[in-house]
Amino acid sequence: MARTLSMKDAINEALDQEMTRDPTVIMMGEDIVGGAGAAGEDDAWGGVLGVSKGLYAKHPKQMIDTPLSESAYVGAAIGAATCGLRPVAELMFIDFMGVCLDQIYNQAAKFRYMFGGKAETPVVIRAMCGAGFRAAAQHSQMLTPIFAHIPGLKVVCPSNAYDTKGLLIQAIRDNDPVIFLEHKNLYGSECDVPEEPYAIPFGEANVVREGSDVTIVTYGLMVPNSLTAAETLKKEGIDVEVIDLRTISPIDMDTVIESVEETGRLVCVDEANPRCSIASDISSVVAQDAFGALKAPIEMVTAPHAPVPFTPSLEDIYIPSPDRIADAVRKTMASSKQEVAAQ
Amino acid sequence: MSNPFPLEKEGLLEAYRRMKTIREFEERLHVDFGRGDIPGFVHLYAGEEAAGVGIMMHLQDHDRIASTHRGHGHCIAKGVDVKGMMAEIYGKSTGSCAGKGGSMHIADLSKGMMGANGILGAGAPLVCGAALAAQKLGHDGVGITFFGDGASNQGTVLESMNLAAIWNLPAIFVVENNGYAESTSVDYAVASDSYVDRATGFGMPGITVDGTDFFAVYEAAGEVVKRAREGAGPTLLECKMIRFFGHFEGDAQTYRAPGENEDNRANRDCLKIFRAKVTEAGVLTDAELDAIDAEVMDLIEEAVEEAKAAPLPAPEELTTDVYVSY
Ligand SMILES: Cc1ncc(C[n+]2csc(CCOP(=O)(O)OP(=O)(O)O)c2C)c(N)n1
Ligand SMILES: [Mg+2]
Repeated sequence: MARTLSMKDAINEALDQEMTRDPTVIMMGEDIVGGAGAAGEDDAWGGVLGVSKGLYAKHPKQMIDTPLSESAYVGAAIGAATCGLRPVAELMFIDFMGVCLDQIYNQAAKFRYMFGGKAETPVVIRAMCGAGFRAAAQHSQMLTPIFAHIPGLKVVCPSNAYDTKGLLIQAIRDNDPVIFLEHKNLYGSECDVPEEPYAIPFGEANVVREGSDVTIVTYGLMVPNSLTAAETLKKEGIDVEVIDLRTISPIDMDTVIESVEETGRLVCVDEANPRCSIASDISSVVAQDAFGALKAPIEMVTAPHAPVPFTPSLEDIYIPSPDRIADAVRKTMASSKQEVAAQ
Repeated sequence: MSNPFPLEKEGLLEAYRRMKTIREFEERLHVDFGRGDIPGFVHLYAGEEAAGVGIMMHLQDHDRIASTHRGHGHCIAKGVDVKGMMAEIYGKSTGSCAGKGGSMHIADLSKGMMGANGILGAGAPLVCGAALAAQKLGHDGVGITFFGDGASNQGTVLESMNLAAIWNLPAIFVVENNGYAESTSVDYAVASDSYVDRATGFGMPGITVDGTDFFAVYEAAGEVVKRAREGAGPTLLECKMIRFFGHFEGDAQTYRAPGENEDNRANRDCLKIFRAKVTEAGVLTDAELDAIDAEVMDLIEEAVEEAKAAPLPAPEELTTDVYVSY
């Protein structure tokens, strides 16, 4: 039975159901329970924003609070994954990955290939990503391209509560290391979520809005922003298709190419910085594989090539807005490959 | 009456002024944040003033400090302009970092303040660099990194302690042990009962002091700073202290024992302890301290008013101060 759930509660439910189903699923992270060793209440925090609140009461042996030592506990989660557990390690903010990146990209990501297919590393590393919280340069990054760049990692960044539950369950059951990124500004977003467990396969993009004039390809918080832009553009007679990638690695380029072959116009929307981004990656693949279908140059809408500013007035123009997305769509509608070639 | 303290009257007044400025700055932020005036994350230093000020009273501008997410106190104690700080926290163009950094990233390199930091433990390697620079450039500056009991478990901190020891750097590792890392107790998260033992393991001396006692901190810091300046190498200094507020503004603090905050305020307030000591010794009068209180209140009020009235950064500032290729 489905009921309305927030993304935050969908994460909690997925973790709860998977820990119940499989006792080898354990969770570790800083203050994921909270109050360890302190005089007050147990489960005092349940994570920095309360995502894992209540899980300790149900799964006391599977929830482990850690010291502030990301290299050690993320590495331990990875090591344990090669030895029979299925750990879910939580880093509060993706920005903290810098502290433990070796364990992720030299260790977890490499084992299966480097050991000739003999190792499995079923670990999930969850972290909040994205801007909009006034949390400044070291707590607001996307960094998705960094992880997408590394062979051996799977990278997930859902846009709604339904996908979050299904993709997190898939991540836990998956035998490869998964970087699971939760946009902090989507935690409160709600939709219908079935109560029973379900898994959404990786590498299957979701066409969240069908349209015939322009294809927008995006993920995470940029999905709702693109849908808002699409509604505005509808009033102008522009029919926009919006593709939610859901997983960035593996990436479903077939769905993207199919759509571009129909529309002939592509706008890539990415909250990450533009260089070597998901947007530039998709642009290059489409330019290689579907050049003939393109009626106009590809447009990219991204954050600028700058760190995330603190002040709300700058942060608000840092994040790609529905207005900027709509402008890019209008631009691609107004231009054509022939005109550009003639210039 | 003779002065039993290691500072002359002027120095005592200055120390009190800095501590009081930090306290009022933080108390005011607590109120203004609660009212919704301040964006983002704010971590308050109230309750911990004696540690920052007790150490910083020994430093000059060419001495470098690396701070933490709980950085306002370190900034004020090191002489960063209070109005610039307030404007920064309000996200204004007149802020210490032009509104781009916010509470967690206030810096003023001209004052030897290398930045508050959003990444736990990140200051320790940086301060090894500051100390190395002092050594190579041949001046007597020292580098001090502050980190909490929680951050003391970061690999960066432990690697830096070893590095500072083998290079005999003029570096000082200050553990601000307030008993908690967010909601997690130091008793759970730190394996060793003694930071002094940890220091010994890295081949450097370690000292533990009562961080609510300005004079205990001041005295210990004097020794370790002197040691570093004279080329005798790094030291670890643990200040045992308390934070008056939650981890960040908005923290319900259910991990604390009932009555803990009230007890801390009543019995372990470093400002009250300081006042009692200096007035009982007859070196300073309540009237002298009250006069400072009044001046500080005015300063904070002005800082808030000016911050509120200051302009926001211009939109073009989004892509200044960074190399932008496209
Ligand atoms: C590398 C890293 N991990 C986690 C965090 C999140 N975080 C910010 S402050 C904090 C607790 C710090 O505790 P402590 O070092 O004792 O300092 P205190 O807050 O008590 O002053 C945590 C976990 C972070 N900012 N950076
Ligand atoms: Mg602490």
